[in-house]
Amino acid sequence: MSAPRIGVLGLQGDVEEHLAMLRRLKADARTVKTAHDLAEVDGLIIPGGESTTVGAMLNRFGLTKPLIERVKEGMPVWGTCMGMIVMAEHVVGSSQPTLGLLNIDVKRNAFGRQVESAEVPLAISGLSGKPFPGVFIRAPWIESARDNAKIMASLDGKGVMVRQGNLLGTSFHPELTDDPRIHKLFIDLVERVAPETVAR
Amino acid sequence: MPDKVDKAEKMDKQQDKTPKHKGTEKVKRGLAQMLKGGVIMDVTTPEQATIAQEAGAVAVMALERVPADIRKEGGVARMAAIEVIQRIMDAVTIPVMAKARIGHFVEAQVLEALGVDFIDESEVLTPADEHYHIDKRPFTVPFVCGARNLGEALRRIAEGAAMIRTKGEAGSGNIVEAIRHLREVTSEIRRLSTLSEEEFVAAAKDLGAPLEIVRDVAEHGRLPVVTFVAGGIATPADAALCMQLGSEGVFVGSGIFKSANPGKTAKAIVEATHYFDDPKVVLEVSKELGAPMAGLEISQIPKEQLLAGRGW
Repeated sequence: MSAPRIGVLGLQGDVEEHLAMLRRLKADARTVKTAHDLAEVDGLIIPGGESTTVGAMLNRFGLTKPLIERVKEGMPVWGTCMGMIVMAEHVVGSSQPTLGLLNIDVKRNAFGRQVESAEVPLAISGLSGKPFPGVFIRAPWIESARDNAKIMASLDGKGVMVRQGNLLGTSFHPELTDDPRIHKLFIDLVERVAPETVAR
Repeated sequence: MPDKVDKAEKMDKQQDKTPKHKGTEKVKRGLAQMLKGGVIMDVTTPEQATIAQEAGAVAVMALERVPADIRKEGGVARMAAIEVIQRIMDAVTIPVMAKARIGHFVEAQVLEALGVDFIDESEVLTPADEHYHIDKRPFTVPFVCGARNLGEALRRIAEGAAMIRTKGEAGSGNIVEAIRHLREVTSEIRRLSTLSEEEFVAAAKDLGAPLEIVRDVAEHGRLPVVTFVAGGIATPADAALCMQLGSEGVFVGSGIFKSANPGKTAKAIVEATHYFDDPKVVLEVSKELGAPMAGLEISQIPKEQLLAGRGW
């Protein structure tokens, strides 16, 4: 049985941190920068970074279409912070381009500027054990979620984690912690969706 | 009785409010981690800030004058006017950085109160203190500091810097100093990782840096904070060169808004930084940019006007 191949979108942001956590969990982790790289993976993480930077870059380098296609076929995708913004249907008060994968409206820098960035213990539905160490950096929140998009965790009464079928979004950065539980959750999701790959 | 009610209310409020730990080392260094692979651009107006954001900058540095003009005009260079920084903060959604003079902790306090996202304790401004840099640890806002070598980088980290950049020679349009500093830092890190335990104390003494940080660098083979290159980047190829040599991102100061076509140059430098390992992309984005900023030969700059020697 081979390890699930999980890509981390490597245009900009905290790519290495995600790769390190995935490798710690024995996944076959790779950087994805082109449509060719994307075709080689069973799941994708869009890391933290700047959403205006990466949103524009996805279009300029022809990644938007193939990514949406793969998601339609059921490929799991998880976005952390910037990643969740890029995956959202709509960004409150902005016309910046997004992938429109998650049925949510997301508000950028919702908790404030950098001086409001904080570490906060979080209760996450379906995650047993101690609270999850939430690391929020100029973090967005989920203003509203529709249809099959389900809020999994909240802070200050606002959604900060969402699950929609095989798609995940978090306002916070599990890759900056030592807690592998959400990465494990994502790897499990990829293994369930792509059993033929993993059995190969 | 009233006391009891107060207590109950207080407890309710506490339960409502999840404890938030702001300004921790993790969230300060974390913002720098989010900027990796990106370009941070010097801007002096809201219009320039918007051009930078649209080109794909991950952050902007709000200034009154770019280093090339500071160099030309001379005089004492201080923290930018508050209105200039505020207008830039209002114009963009990406993080806004601003510079404070070396050792001028009150300029830093003012910038933190204003709400900038990152402070650059910068040799580009005239130093306020010849002996001491700012003690950056008590601040909630993160700091980036310049360094020419590993010892300098580690001293700044010991003082609480959440990000390091090479000093290069700001406003020169000449990449040679930045490359010297980047290579200096990486080769010194490589040397550290070959040392045995009993050699660390001597290495710390030579570097003029705390032992525990020296050990940490040796163990991980890298600085504990994100490291960018700054000082003299003028073209997409300059940016890609820094990235191939192991930089985690670039600062571009005068290189963008002193070029013939700022919007296009900004976009090209961003793309070359993301795809630094693909010469075809660097080629493509380098076409028809017009003239880059004029550069200065370092040996032609009078010694007292060199910026990199400020700080220690």
